[in-house]
Amino acid sequence: MLRRWILSLRILGLLFLSVALLNAACASEPDYNADQLILATTTSLNDSGLLDQLVPIFEEETGVSVKIIAVGTGAALRMGVEGNADILLTHAPDSERELLIAGDVSSRTLVAYNDFLIVGPRHDPAAVTGLSDAAVALANVRASCLGGVCEFASRGDDSGTHKKELSLWAAVDISPSELDEDWYLEVGQGMSATLTVANQRDAYTLTDRGTYLSLSDNLPNLMPVVEGDSRLLNYYSVLPVSGSKGRINALAARAFRDFLLREDVQAMIDNYLVEEYGRPLFIAAAGDSESAIAARGGAPR
Amino acid sequence: MDLIWDGIREAARLWWAGDREIIEITLRTLAISSSATALALLIGIPLGAVLALRRFWGRGLIVAAVNTGMGMPPVVIGLLVALILWRTGPLGRLDLIYTPTAMVVAQLLLSLPLVVGFSLASIQSVNPRLIGQIWAMGANRWQVLWLLVRETRLGLLAAVMAGFGAAISEVGASMQVGGNLAGETRVLTTATVLETGRGNFEVAIALSLVLVVLAFLVNLALTTVQQRRFVR
Repeated sequence: MLRRWILSLRILGLLFLSVALLNAACASEPDYNADQLILATTTSLNDSGLLDQLVPIFEEETGVSVKIIAVGTGAALRMGVEGNADILLTHAPDSERELLIAGDVSSRTLVAYNDFLIVGPRHDPAAVTGLSDAAVALANVRASCLGGVCEFASRGDDSGTHKKELSLWAAVDISPSELDEDWYLEVGQGMSATLTVANQRDAYTLTDRGTYLSLSDNLPNLMPVVEGDSRLLNYYSVLPVSGSKGRINALAARAFRDFLLREDVQAMIDNYLVEEYGRPLFIAAAGDSESAIAARGGAPR
Repeated sequence: MDLIWDGIREAARLWWAGDREIIEITLRTLAISSSATALALLIGIPLGAVLALRRFWGRGLIVAAVNTGMGMPPVVIGLLVALILWRTGPLGRLDLIYTPTAMVVAQLLLSLPLVVGFSLASIQSVNPRLIGQIWAMGANRWQVLWLLVRETRLGLLAAVMAGFGAAISEVGASMQVGGNLAGETRVLTTATVLETGRGNFEVAIALSLVLVVLAFLVNLALTTVQQRRFVR
């Protein structure tokens, strides 16, 4: 019995030793993997397919392989705070500024913008089509849907789109997730999944234009109902994670930021799928500012 | 109803055309899940044998843990493996997060309890007198294990099927530790989730059919081996 105990202790010791050696071996290598860049981004950007077009060009030019992790903006920002991503591409200006102030990211640069729109059932049971105030439109949606004729599908996943939706509800003093009313569906998934739910359930939802356009063939029951409110502008920024987080590939992160802002890449962003949809999905915004864009009412420069 | 037929037609078309991406994803799925299953067998069968044949302090706890593990939700395993492998995690230096290796580890942890549990049950059902006889004939412990494996292959093949089934069918853990990266860690289940989310239901149906057919073929092969001696 004793012998067996000693044997198992030895095996345990060997195991610890090998883990320790492994750690030591890794520690002598450079502090981060220079060939790899982890990009945490929003599902809406990823689902649009834009990154699938841009990233291979960057990989070709630099030899750095980019791992695109598509999560909600909330999760992407958290990955930056924890040092589990090298660079973030997100669309929640207020939360992003908090990260910049806290020193979690080294900079925040506007890359592109488009707009959100409220889409809803083709027969528009809440009769909000054409309203210019998005928050009032949401209040009307709630008023009608309370009667059981429609629903609203919320992302409910702490994403940039979800944050935007909540800020619109807040503008009319409604906090739907606390009301626990049947018309408010918290999907808890990405934009395309939420649009699919809205399409199936005849529900209204807030979506970014890029994802909506790229999926619209599969959303026969939905149509845009409210657009053009300047609060519906959707700003995408790139945020290299601060090198102080440890093991961050800051060099490649800066290179990727500069790549996105480069003139030819900005032109690709502008032209992405324009022919297919007859209008741009994204408007390039290097050197532009949110206030200037809002002042122009979202019109291109 | 149209959608379902469209899906089946699309599946046939994608296969007929030898769609490169689908074939790659299929092969990757097979490689990852069969590696995980193979490792689970390598570790799980001896472990099951020890649990079946030896009595020691804490054995009951381990068996209870194994039984719990048999129903472990993949997302829990995924979260656990992700926490460990994230850059800032204890093994972050290995740079394994978002790699096929990380997926093998997660699927191994999922199928291991199934393999241990099934091995334990089938080896325990062997007549103890037979085992006593084998020992008495002077066999060493590995020879005993080998004979037991031969004796209980019916149950052990069930362990293989259960382990492989758990590995290939899970999506939560693969999503979290693999990241569903195109060309790197995208497997049939994560691709199905992606295409469903994108509203490409035809492709999602096509991927699901591939997964089901694949699982069926593997199980058919295993069942054939399992039943060969018994059905004449």
